[in-house]
Amino acid sequence: MKGAKKANEVKPSDLGLDVEQLTELEPERLPPLPHPYQDWKDEPIPEKKKKELDTSLDGIAGLRIPRPESEAERRRAVESFVRGLDKLFSREDNWTFLRPFLLSIENCVRCNTCADACPIFVESGRAEIYRPLFRAEVLRRLAMRRRSGLARAFGALTGTNSLEPDWQVIARLAELAYRCTLCRRCAQNCPMGVDNGLITREIRKLFSQELGWSPVELHADGTIKQLTVGSSTGINKKALEDILEFAEEDIEDRTGMKIKIPVDKEGADVLVMHNAGEFLSWPENLEAFAILFEVAGISWTLSGDLVGYDSVNYGLFYDDVQYARVTLKHAEIARKLGVKKVVMGECGHAHKAFMAVGDRMWLERANIPRESALTLMEDLVCNGKVKIDPGRNDFPVTLHDPCNITRSMGIVMPQRRVLQKIAPRFREMEPHGVRNFCCGGGSGFAIMQSENFPDWRMRVSGRKKFAQILDAFQDCIGPETNKYVCAPCSNCKGQIRDLLNYYGAWERCRILYGGLVELVVNAMADVKEGFLEWELH
Amino acid sequence: MVAVQVICYAAVVVFVVAVLVRVIRYAAISVGMRWELYPVPHEKGRAAWGGSIFEELEWWTKPRRVDMIGEIREMLSEIAVLKGVWHHNRKLWWFSFPFHFGLYLCIGWVVLLVLLGIFGAAGVNLGDDLATVATWLVAITGYAGFALVGLGALGLLLRRLFDPGMRRYSAPVDYFNLLLFIAAATVALAAQLLYDPGFSLMAGFVTSLVSFSTPADLHPLMVAEVVAGAVMVAYIPLGRMSHFVAKYFLYHKVRWEDEPNRPGSEIEKRVKQALGYRVDWAAPHIQQGKTWGEVTTELPAKQEVAK
Ligand code: SF4
Ligand code: SF4
Repeated sequence: MKGAKKANEVKPSDLGLDVEQLTELEPERLPPLPHPYQDWKDEPIPEKKKKELDTSLDGIAGLRIPRPESEAERRRAVESFVRGLDKLFSREDNWTFLRPFLLSIENCVRCNTCADACPIFVESGRAEIYRPLFRAEVLRRLAMRRRSGLARAFGALTGTNSLEPDWQVIARLAELAYRCTLCRRCAQNCPMGVDNGLITREIRKLFSQELGWSPVELHADGTIKQLTVGSSTGINKKALEDILEFAEEDIEDRTGMKIKIPVDKEGADVLVMHNAGEFLSWPENLEAFAILFEVAGISWTLSGDLVGYDSVNYGLFYDDVQYARVTLKHAEIARKLGVKKVVMGECGHAHKAFMAVGDRMWLERANIPRESALTLMEDLVCNGKVKIDPGRNDFPVTLHDPCNITRSMGIVMPQRRVLQKIAPRFREMEPHGVRNFCCGGGSGFAIMQSENFPDWRMRVSGRKKFAQILDAFQDCIGPETNKYVCAPCSNCKGQIRDLLNYYGAWERCRILYGGLVELVVNAMADVKEGFLEWELH
Repeated sequence: MVAVQVICYAAVVVFVVAVLVRVIRYAAISVGMRWELYPVPHEKGRAAWGGSIFEELEWWTKPRRVDMIGEIREMLSEIAVLKGVWHHNRKLWWFSFPFHFGLYLCIGWVVLLVLLGIFGAAGVNLGDDLATVATWLVAITGYAGFALVGLGALGLLLRRLFDPGMRRYSAPVDYFNLLLFIAAATVALAAQLLYDPGFSLMAGFVTSLVSFSTPADLHPLMVAEVVAGAVMVAYIPLGRMSHFVAKYFLYHKVRWEDEPNRPGSEIEKRVKQALGYRVDWAAPHIQQGKTWGEVTTELPAKQEVAK
């Protein structure tokens, strides 16, 4: 055993223990999966490749912090952490989230009602460090040092002075902030309304905004790339042109339709914003939207501006400054184009970044109305604006609810009404809607592909979703029936693709995944049959 | 006995001031990003499945349908029967509910005694029937309240001790608080049963409090009961047990706060003001010392980003 403590025995006060690795995932404790995976055995997670990374929490390299080379470096990091901690509590530095943060930090009654709501905690075999309360409690104990006089004198009595920041504590806490998908299911269960997901986000923010510690995929290759190159995928304007040209040809190959995908079209009513990940990994999603809008006669356009052709905003997951930079850019682009509204493609966190959290960043003339593609699709499909032949989707379909769209935004029924119209064999996962489970790739996890983090993600954070998918298809689980998991979100699709690959569920059960618009187009009577390709990619 | 009266007045003052300080502290944070969590019970016609106005086509052209009855119903079921704990932590509910319900009864008991004291001091005659009902109500709320608080707190204490998840995260103060409740409830029960079973002496003492007159002497155990009660009143809002204040804000100002930002709105005004705050964050990608408005619209020099 590499971890010094058993997974179910770690306490918040252990975070500073002077050991090589605090704990580790114990594969034999992971809950069993449904049929036909009841005998599934997970291999132990491989060790990290880069020796210089600090993985002293659980052996997993998610954030990938290098070990400091000198004592001075350690000290500087700890000093920065302490300064950053103060800033989390300051109105000037944290006006964005101070209210929920302060209320959550100060008012947990440690009743543990949140624990059973958390798929990561439960599916890890109840490893203590993943308990929703654990990391909040660590921060709480560290924040106690900010208190003065009387409160600190009562430290022993309240038990809240037991953690002093040192390198080991802060490095482990930083890594631990990337073992929660910010799905907020725990907050939904908390009778107090305390939000441990938000506390995790604030921990990430402290490290990013004060120490510059953030996952490369979210920051350097994420928001920074998006703001400088145009997209976190690295797609620049030239590449965008090539991609759209390819998509137009592909539409013609698949359907015989000649469609010009509009970019920066003057006078268009609707600006459609996609997660640029779709362009590279799922061009059929972009194509399906183009077909649907063309057939429905919608006046729409994409933006060809830097940042404008990529709706992602990873800042939402770790950094308010980067979040605001991206969102203000999006708002400015929409204003410049003079569209009547912005429609969000199938990307959950972009929905939330644009419409819910971002609601208060789109100011004055840039406050262009924004809506979800799901509601627009509902209007087109359910009000007869496109002709539907549901018989074309005569296979079992289940729906994954992206947390950001349902739990955080309350968009629950439009996608269901569409499915009821186009998919005769639609069935729900349990639980679903606002009580859904995260796909396990939320808060940036789906794109964090380096070192051994994906191994952890497949075994732990995605385990519940995979079990739910299997459960939804138990009546037809064999490979003789093609089945479809509809996930109207790019990040969720990425995670579900990885899950199906890891568990070999395409070969074994013929379970495929994709978005909602692809299913709509597959059922459109005015489009040549067979838009959907039964191939895992 | 005057000293006991002073303790009671002091406890009320501490309670009011501590609650006000908390309320003002939380209310002073006047703006932030939206962070609601569905279901939101005031979403008319949609709350059943956790829907929001975002489900409507061109939602900004539609009237915002706020169902205050739905919100109040949800609030009441949360306050009165601890609906959340019932659904998500049934084992805890069996102790938490009696405890909280007992507290409500104790509050009702105090309110009744205060009202009776005010009437008595003002010379209002309630009439025989009403007076009998009031006496019964005082006895029922008092005895049931003390018993439920005591038993509920004992159950919560045992659960905290024997549930490994709870024990691991409990601090000494959590046990101390519960012991305090058990002690206060036990003393109150014993004092009333032994020395004032009909609550007439206690009613007399409360009348003296509201009329600022000299009270009659009480048995030392009753003095202990009053002092323990006063200590609880003063202590509750000072620590984590003040969660009733926070819960209001967490539910109404975070979880259910879904007011859209319209151009020219108060929200917009406050956000614009906040964009003028100076940013002190020190990571390389942030221009420390500039305002939020500047930091978020200008990128730092390339080399800074690349560090
Ligand atoms: S966050 Fe809420 S549910 Fe979890 S322990 Fe704290 S008060 Fe209880
Ligand atoms: S936000 Fe989700 S993943 Fe994170 S602690 Fe809560 S339930 Fe678990």
